Amino acid sequence: MTDAYVVGVDMIKFGRFPDKTVPQIGAEATHLALDDSGLTIQDMEALYCGNLGQASGMVGQRILQEIGQTGIPVVNVSNACATGATAFREAWASVKAGLYDLVIAVGVEQMGRGLLGGAGGSKGISKEGLLGSGTMPSVFAEAGMEHARNYGTTFEQFAKVSVKNHHHSTMNAKAMYQIETPLETVMNAEMISYPNTKLMCSVNVDGSAAAVIASEKKAKELGLMSRAVKIRASILTSDPWQERDLVMPDVNTCTRRAAAAAYEMAGLGAEDIDLVELHDCFATAEILHYENLGLCDDGEAGRMIDDGEVALGGKVPVNVSGGLLSKGHPLGATGIANIYEVSTHLRGEAGQRQVEGARIGLTHVIGLGSACGIHILEKAS
Amino acid sequence: MSDSPLPAVDYLKIPDDGDPYLEGYKCSSCEAIFLGERANCSKCGERDQMEAVTLANSGTLYAYSIVHRSFPGIDVPYISAIVDLDGGGTVKGNLINVDPEPEKIEFGMPIEVVYDDALGRKDGEGNSYLSYFFQPSNAAS
Ligand SMILES: [Zn+2]
Repeated sequence: MTDAYVVGVDMIKFGRFPDKTVPQIGAEATHLALDDSGLTIQDMEALYCGNLGQASGMVGQRILQEIGQTGIPVVNVSNACATGATAFREAWASVKAGLYDLVIAVGVEQMGRGLLGGAGGSKGISKEGLLGSGTMPSVFAEAGMEHARNYGTTFEQFAKVSVKNHHHSTMNAKAMYQIETPLETVMNAEMISYPNTKLMCSVNVDGSAAAVIASEKKAKELGLMSRAVKIRASILTSDPWQERDLVMPDVNTCTRRAAAAAYEMAGLGAEDIDLVELHDCFATAEILHYENLGLCDDGEAGRMIDDGEVALGGKVPVNVSGGLLSKGHPLGATGIANIYEVSTHLRGEAGQRQVEGARIGLTHVIGLGSACGIHILEKAS
Repeated sequence: MSDSPLPAVDYLKIPDDGDPYLEGYKCSSCEAIFLGERANCSKCGERDQMEAVTLANSGTLYAYSIVHRSFPGIDVPYISAIVDLDGGGTVKGNLINVDPEPEKIEFGMPIEVVYDDALGRKDGEGNSYLSYFFQPSNAAS
């Protein structure tokens, strides 16, 4: 099988664009990624589009209606917060399989404001606030409290994740926010679901990101290898049965399985990873994933954030983009925005927030329900 | 409109001649317990081996969050609790009769399941509902 490379990748600055349509927002990133590769939509043999809010709305085709209806096959995917990563993976798989030599993956989302989840309940009465809470801040608060139960992780340690990621975003012009949030500010912000305050919840924003993927033969033929990023592993998992499944979504097991499979596919270990963009939908979640991804031993995550090992300049910087907490979380775009961030570091083009000497990076997303996507990327030599 | 309250969820059973209880479905092949009636087991994949079982009204607190912001009309703060029932089955609900403060809540604390009106909530037809709640098992009910 051929190797597959990212030869063009970009994202728009995340924000709120109520006057634009979803395809318009998606078209912007598509153009940016094509420009980054020096290619055009006429060069693409297939398009893979990730979007959640209009999952039945043929968003991929409507993006082509914005920028060029070339008649290529379009696949629209929806997979909760793993939607963008799934679209990227489908694009990767089509190149690996030898179907195409040049394809593009696009992720796009236009979000409402406010709480996600919990509103459900088709018949009878609403269960929210009657049988606990189904809001996302609560669900991930409970996942964090499971870690607190096992290892004594503190509110302060969870809060430090937000301090770090907001600090990182001050160096990223494409993040929604560029604001320092000291520890006291994070801990004293409005409590949403203990232990997650408002500044420990990801930001609902609109956004898009896109990546052009090429086979090795095509990348060489087009002279694109100098900035190319090799896709060393692409893994997708769903959640195996767990004892507390029905009331407590398990974000850990599918991540651990995906990480193990990704390291095996890449022939690498966690110690080889120079930077990570992981799914910090809530500050509590980031702590869990240090262990789930093998960045430290079980029970060491609290120490890892205390010691600054996951900050820029530390042993393995995590979410130097600002993460979902500060860059923002447009569900369908997030997975490809992570690919953009890691690729930018591997190319040595991340400016002020550059992870020095980065050669190998890992991206991770998880969608409740559940779907976990992990990619390992390496600078092409 | 029903004369007597309806169950808030389908795994809460209200017998004509007895106390309400929570019902699980247990796989006779692998013993996994689920909430709500089902035909197949998603742990082992066995078909048509599910048996209704009565879940215990006692258990221990596994994890929780303290909800300070919710949807309009919902009283906050309250404790959203995940409870492992004695003998199997995990359920989620409101933990009551405890101050919603982290210092007052201990992992593993013994819990009892109590049944009461669903906070006055009614459906479009005006029906009342019976729900379940958790409280510390040493609390006066
Ligand atoms: Zn079974």
